[in-house]
Amino acid sequence: MSTPMVDVKAVHKSFGTLEVLRGIDLEVRAGEVTVVLGPSGSGKSTLLRTINHLEKVDSGWISVDGALVGYRSSGDKLYELREREVLKQRTQIGFVFQNFNLFPHLTVLENIAEAPLSALGRPRKETLDNARRLLDRVGLADKADAYPKQLSGGQQQRVAIARALALEPKLLLFDEPTSALDPELVGEVLDVIKDLALQGTTMIVVTHEIGFAREVADTVVFMDEGRIVEQGAPGDVLDAPRHERTKAFLSKVL
Amino acid sequence: MSSNTLAKAAPSAAGPPATTTGETQPRIVRRPRTGQWLAAAVVLALLAIAANSVIRNKAFQWDVVADYFTSASILRGLGLTLWLTALVMALGFALGTLLAVMRLSANPVLRTVSWGYVWLFRSMPILVQLLFWFNIGALYPHILGVRTVDLFGPVTVAVIGLTLHEAAYAAEVVRGGILSVDRGQIEAAQALGLGRIRRWRRIILPQAMRSILPPAGNMLIGTLKGTSIVSVIAVQDLLYSAQLVYHRTYQVIPLLLVATVWYVVVTSLLSVGQFYVERHYARGSERTR
Repeated sequence: MSTPMVDVKAVHKSFGTLEVLRGIDLEVRAGEVTVVLGPSGSGKSTLLRTINHLEKVDSGWISVDGALVGYRSSGDKLYELREREVLKQRTQIGFVFQNFNLFPHLTVLENIAEAPLSALGRPRKETLDNARRLLDRVGLADKADAYPKQLSGGQQQRVAIARALALEPKLLLFDEPTSALDPELVGEVLDVIKDLALQGTTMIVVTHEIGFAREVADTVVFMDEGRIVEQGAPGDVLDAPRHERTKAFLSKVL
Repeated sequence: MSSNTLAKAAPSAAGPPATTTGETQPRIVRRPRTGQWLAAAVVLALLAIAANSVIRNKAFQWDVVADYFTSASILRGLGLTLWLTALVMALGFALGTLLAVMRLSANPVLRTVSWGYVWLFRSMPILVQLLFWFNIGALYPHILGVRTVDLFGPVTVAVIGLTLHEAAYAAEVVRGGILSVDRGQIEAAQALGLGRIRRWRRIILPQAMRSILPPAGNMLIGTLKGTSIVSVIAVQDLLYSAQLVYHRTYQVIPLLLVATVWYVVVTSLLSVGQFYVERHYARGSERTR
């Protein structure tokens, strides 16, 4: 088989004395949707954040589309990349936050256009046209000139997705994209993510939405206490879990 | 009182109103605000007494105030006060922003140096500092072959002393503003690949401005009035210009009033300006739209 889009090898990460990731191995193939489930504190958000180098790993390595994230390997050593090179890598990895993190002082359109203009140096006209197309795609064409605080949580998260898409990333990472939303707004955000999945976008989604995992995921990964407990097709992991931890977790959330 | 009489007094009891059956709703009668009226009357009376004494007391010499208000020497002093304030604010905040960024950097040496600067210059009274710089020639009689007293004239000393003092306070104001920006904003900017300078200029500082502006407005007005301290080293600012006149004419009170009224006028204009600047930086925030 070809090289995976995301390759995580033996990744460890501690915050002080707390070991959050205890040897993670994970492969994600291009065009696939991987959903990561697990109780809070299991390390799933930290894993996601190491993939675009928002957190540095303590040991192990991660590659995206064949390129090491945050390091350059030479002989048996990994050398830290300069910040500029890390930033360049990040433009190829879209990240959607739990709390949206839209820039409140910029309009919706400016939020989406900011990175293509300043990080990629794209021409202004083309970027703004593209930003409007993306807004249309997430169903918010009429909100271009609104400020984020004037939108509902669901709308803000859809803008955040459009903002991540504006860089045309190879990979999209979602960190509990619906956890901060009122229940009636969850559906509209999941619909946008499903739509992206249907178009073959490679994604890793950390979520508590089991129904979404069942419907959209190619692979479901269950994490607990910094380790991947089991992974496989949603039908296997969700309906016939082999580990007690997975069974216990699913019985609580289903 | 029997339960029978209570039931008959129904309209004044705590139960539901009796007249809700028809079309007419019961009218709401405001409780009398006697205390409020009384307090207002007392305060207005005191104000009237004060105003009367200010107008009637000839010793205020309002005619002399009017004569000197726009005299050339007072206006020159006002001019100096204004540009000194502007220059000190600009330099102070430039240095203060640098200090704030140093204080928040990952480099422990920069952090400590910044902390030490703020500690030292906040500890030293501005008056002491001005006198110190004024007498710097005692420490270094010559700088680069030039006599120090020729380099450090009163105005130069005023700019240096006030700026160094201002920067220490500005550093804390700017640091507070930067800390008020949500950590997620920086992470979002990093995740989008925005470079360090762009992150500061486009994302962090504009949002920090909302928290920086109210205390910065305070500092601006404080500095405007605080510059009057340079009169001790014979810089001809607004206050010293007024003092020069009354040393000659002995009209102390009217000339102090001239200076006071000018400070009030300029402060009022600055407050109006602050309102509009704050409104600009509040764009996108729900509370002010």
